[in-house]
Amino acid sequence: MTEYVVLSAILFTIGCVGVLTRRNAIVVFMCVELMLNACNLAFVAFARQHGNLDGQITAFFVMVVAAAEVVIGLAIIMTIFRTRRSASVDDASLLKY
Amino acid sequence: MNLLSHSVLAAGLPMAEEGAHAPVIAPDMGAGGVFDLLWLVIALPVLGAVLLLGVAPFLPSSLRAVADKHGHLLGTAMAALSFVLSLVLFLALVGRDAESRQVGQQLWTWFETGSLTVGMDLLYDQLAALFLLLITGVGTLIHVYAIGYMEHDPRRRRFFGYLNLFVAAMLTLILSANFVGLFLGWEGVGLASYLLIGFWQHKPSAAAAAKKAFVINRVGDIGLSLAIALMFATFGTADFGAVSELAGEASQGTLNALGLLLLLGACGKSAQVPLQAWLLDAMEGPTPVSALIHAATMVTAGVYLVVRSNFIFDLTPVAQTAVVVVATVTLLWGAILGCAKDDIKKALAGSTMSQIGYMMLAAGLGPVGYPFAIFHLLTHGFFKANMFLGAGSVMHGMNDDVDMRHYGALNKAMPVTFLTFAMGYLAIIGFPGFSGFWSKDRIIETALAENLIIGILALIGAGITGFYMTRLMLMTFFGEKRWEKDVHPHESPKVMTVPLIVLAALSVLGGLLLFNDWIVTWLEPVTGHVEHHEPPLPAIVITLIITAVVAIGVAAAWFLVGRRAVPREAPQDVSFATRAARADLYGDAINDAVVVRPGAALVGGLATFDRVGVDGVVEGGSSAVGGLSTTMRRVQNGFVRSYALSLLGGALLVVLALLAVNLG
Amino acid sequence: MTFWILAPIMVAAALGILFVRKAVHAALLLAVVMISLAFLYAVLDAPFLFAVQIIVYTGAILMLFLFVMMLIGVDATDSVVETIRGQRVMAVVLGLLFGVVLVVGISQVTLGTVVGLDEANAGGNVPAIANILFSRYVFAFEATSALLITAALGAMVLAHRERLTPKQTQADQAAQRMRDYAEHGKHLGPLPSPGVYARHNAVDTPALLPDGTAAESSVSRVLAARGTVRSAPALADDIDDVRRQIAGLDGKSPAAMPETSGKAGAPAATEEDVK
Repeated sequence: MTEYVVLSAILFTIGCVGVLTRRNAIVVFMCVELMLNACNLAFVAFARQHGNLDGQITAFFVMVVAAAEVVIGLAIIMTIFRTRRSASVDDASLLKY
Repeated sequence: MNLLSHSVLAAGLPMAEEGAHAPVIAPDMGAGGVFDLLWLVIALPVLGAVLLLGVAPFLPSSLRAVADKHGHLLGTAMAALSFVLSLVLFLALVGRDAESRQVGQQLWTWFETGSLTVGMDLLYDQLAALFLLLITGVGTLIHVYAIGYMEHDPRRRRFFGYLNLFVAAMLTLILSANFVGLFLGWEGVGLASYLLIGFWQHKPSAAAAAKKAFVINRVGDIGLSLAIALMFATFGTADFGAVSELAGEASQGTLNALGLLLLLGACGKSAQVPLQAWLLDAMEGPTPVSALIHAATMVTAGVYLVVRSNFIFDLTPVAQTAVVVVATVTLLWGAILGCAKDDIKKALAGSTMSQIGYMMLAAGLGPVGYPFAIFHLLTHGFFKANMFLGAGSVMHGMNDDVDMRHYGALNKAMPVTFLTFAMGYLAIIGFPGFSGFWSKDRIIETALAENLIIGILALIGAGITGFYMTRLMLMTFFGEKRWEKDVHPHESPKVMTVPLIVLAALSVLGGLLLFNDWIVTWLEPVTGHVEHHEPPLPAIVITLIITAVVAIGVAAAWFLVGRRAVPREAPQDVSFATRAARADLYGDAINDAVVVRPGAALVGGLATFDRVGVDGVVEGGSSAVGGLSTTMRRVQNGFVRSYALSLLGGALLVVLALLAVNLG
Repeated sequence: MTFWILAPIMVAAALGILFVRKAVHAALLLAVVMISLAFLYAVLDAPFLFAVQIIVYTGAILMLFLFVMMLIGVDATDSVVETIRGQRVMAVVLGLLFGVVLVVGISQVTLGTVVGLDEANAGGNVPAIANILFSRYVFAFEATSALLITAALGAMVLAHRERLTPKQTQADQAAQRMRDYAEHGKHLGPLPSPGVYARHNAVDTPALLPDGTAAESSVSRVLAARGTVRSAPALADDIDDVRRQIAGLDGKSPAAMPETSGKAGAPAATEEDVK
C-alpha cells in the first residue's frame, strides 16, 4: 500500500509546483485538479488498507465538489478573459499594497 | 429670668456623662396620618420647578406667554403650600409624645448593588421640623419679595423655577434619612446656587462668580462623598439610623477621618475658611438669591450636616477641635471683611460668614452647643433675610447701586425699609431683647465655659459685629446725601415691604424660641445631653460683658464713621489692615498661591510629560510600526502565485511539525 | 504489476504538464494521468470510482476544460520568461523539499496488513457504496446536491452578458450592407471563393484576378494571419515539373493532358495523380 501513498504524494507535489510556476489560469486549474486526484488516490488506497468504503465515499464527494469548483472557476476565468483579454493569473494583480 | 440660667438643663433631666454616645436615630416608620404626606413637602417645589423649567418652554407660544406672565405666582404658591404643609406637620409632631417625635417614610428603593441597598427614605424629627419651617417660611417670603424685585426681568419665570429648585433641593437635603439622599440634595443645592448666582449670565462677573462658587463647592463635595464612601466601607450603610447605632464600634482613626471629611464638606457649603472665597463673589446674583443662600438654604447646610452627624462628631474630639478652630477663624475673618467693604451686599456677606462661624463654633462644642447652633441659625435666618431683602429694597430705590458711599440719609426716603432694617440690625448686634441677643449670648457663654481663649475670640467677634453693622447703618441711612445724579430714592412696593415687615417682626421675636429653654428641650432627643462646664463668671455678668463689648464696637463706629463726612470715593491712603480686608484678607491670593498656581504648574508638567513622554512612546511606537509595515507591505505584491508559494511554505512547516511530533 | 506500469507513466505525464507550453497539451497529459488513475482505482477494488473517474473527470470535467480553452483561444501559449523574481527557483526548491519530506515521512510509517475490501464488497461494490451513501452520508449527499445547483446557477450568472443593444435581425443586416455600399462603396455580394482551378481549389490558395494577382479576400483572415497561405504562381513551376515526369514515365504526350492555364496547382492534387 505504501507505494500508492508515495505515488499520491509525488503527484500532489507536482501539482503544487505546477500551481506555483504556470501562469495560464486554465493550466493552474488543471494542476489543482491533479492535486485533488492525488488525494483521491490516497483515499481509495486507504479504503482498501482499512477494509471499509468510507475512503471511496470521500473520494466520490471530492469529485462532486471538484466538479462544482471547476464549473465556477472556469466561469470566472471566462469572465476575466472577456474583460481583460488575458487568462494569465499574473495580470490580475491590482489588489496589492 | 429663667432664660439666663444654665441650671434649667440639669433640672428634671437624667445626668449624662461627658462624651456620652449621641442618641440613636430610630424613626417610627408607620406614623400614618398627616405624616404620610411628608414627601409632598419636597414634591411641591419640585413640581413647580418642573412646570416652570421643564414644561413651560415647550408650550405653544400663546400658552408660554401666559406662563411667562404668571409663572411666578405658581412658584410662590408651591413654596407657600410647602410651608403650610410644614406647619401642619410641625403641629402634628408637637402633638406626639416627646419620645416618638422621630417619624420616617420609606418611598422606594433607590438603588441596590450587591449587599448595598440605598432607599429613598425620609426622616422627620425635631431638627428637620425646625429646618423645614425656616426653609419654607423664609423661602416663601423671599418668593413673595422676588415678585416685586424681579418684576421687570424678562426671565422671571425661569428665576422662580430656579428658586423652587433651590428650595426643593434644600428640603431633600434636610428630609433625607441617609447620607446618600442628603448628598443628592447637597448637589442639588450646589446646582441651583450655580444657576442663580449666574442668573444674570450676560455679566461676565456673574458667570465667573457662579463658576467659582460651583468649583469651590466641588472641593467640599469631595469631602462629603469620600465620607459617604468611608461609611459604606466601614458600616456597610449610610443610613442615619444604622450609622448612629454602629458609630461606636468603628476605630478612632476612622471616626477622625469621617469627622474631618464631613467638616470639609461643611466648609464648602457653609463658606468656612479655607473654602470661604466664593461667598462674597456670590453677591453677583439677584438679591433675593443672596437672601435665600444666606438665610434659608445653602450656607446653613454645613451647620445642619455637623449637627445631624453628631453621632460621629461626639466620638471624635479631633474633628470637633478642628470644627471649633475653623469656626473661630471664620467668624473673625468674616467680621474683618465686613468692616472694610463698601458694597452693601458684600458687607452683609461678610457678616453672614461671621455668623455661620458662630453656628459652627457652637456645633463644634458638642451636645452643649448643638441647640444653640440651631437656635442662632434660625434667628440668623430671620434677621439676615430681613437685612438682605432690605438691602435689595435700598438697591431697588438707588438704581441698583451697591456702593454705600453713594448712599446716606435714606431713613427719610425709605421709612419702611429703614425701620425693618433697623430691627435686623439690632438683632444681629445683639441688642438686649432682640433675637440675636439671646442666641449669640448663649453661644459665647458656652464657648467661654468650654474654652476661655475661644470664648474671648468669639467675644471680640461680637464687638466687631457691632462695629461693622453700625458702620453699614450709618453709611446707608444717616449722614448727608451722597447720591448719584438722577437717583430718586423711593419706597419699594408693598409686595416687597410686607415680607420685610414679617421678617422684622420675626427678628425681634425670634428669641421667644428660647422661652423656658424650649428649643433645648425640643432638640435634646436629637442632640443628646451632657452636663456642661460652669462658666468662669456668673451668667448675668457674662451677658453684661458681651453687651458692653458690643457697645464699644458701636461707639467706635460712631466715632469713626458717624461723626465725620463719608468720602464718596474710598480713600486709598489707608492702613495695611484695611487694604487687606478690602482684598478679602487676600483669600483669593492665598488660594492662588496655595492651590491654583501649584495646580497649574502640576498640570503644565503633566501636559509636558504627556506630550514628550506618553505621546513620544505612542507616536514612536506608531512610526516604528508604520515604517515596518511600509517594508512589510512589499510582500503583498498582488501576485496569486506569490501567495501560493508562502502557502506551500506554511504547509511544509506544518508537515514537518507533524512528523517531528509523531516520529521524533 | 499494473501499478508499476502505470506509475511511471503517470509521473511522466504529470511532469509533462509542468513543461509543455500549450494548454491543450497539458489537458491531454492530464487525461493520461486521470485515465491511469481510473485503472488504479479498479485495481484497488473500487469499480464504481473507476467508472466515475472515467465518466465525470475525464469525460465531463476535462472536456469542460477543453471547451473553455477553445473559447479563450487555443493558440495562447505561456511565455517561458518568469516575471516574478525568484518565484520559479523558490517553487522548485520548496516543492522538492515538500515532496521529499512527504515521501520520507510516509516511508517511516508502517501501515500494517492490508485488510482488503473483499468483505466490504461482498454484495457488489456499487450496492455497498449506495448503502453507506444513502444512510450514513445522506446529509452530506443532499448538501452536495445543493452545492451543484448553486454552482450551476453561479456559472449561469457569471457567464451571462446583458444585451445592451437590440438584437440585429437578418433584415437589419441586409439594410446595413446596402447602406455600407451606398456610403463607402463596400462590396455588396459574396466574397470570391479560393482557388483558380477546379483541381486547385484548396482554401489556403487565393483566387487569381484577371491580371494574375491574388485576390486577398478569397482566403480566410485566420490563414492569412498564420502565414500559411500558398501563392498559386509559386506552385506553377512545381506543377509543370510533375506533369513532365508523368508524361515521361507514361510516354504520353503532354499535349494530351489538360493545359495548365495560369500558375496554380496543389501538391495534394498532383500526388493523387502519382498514385
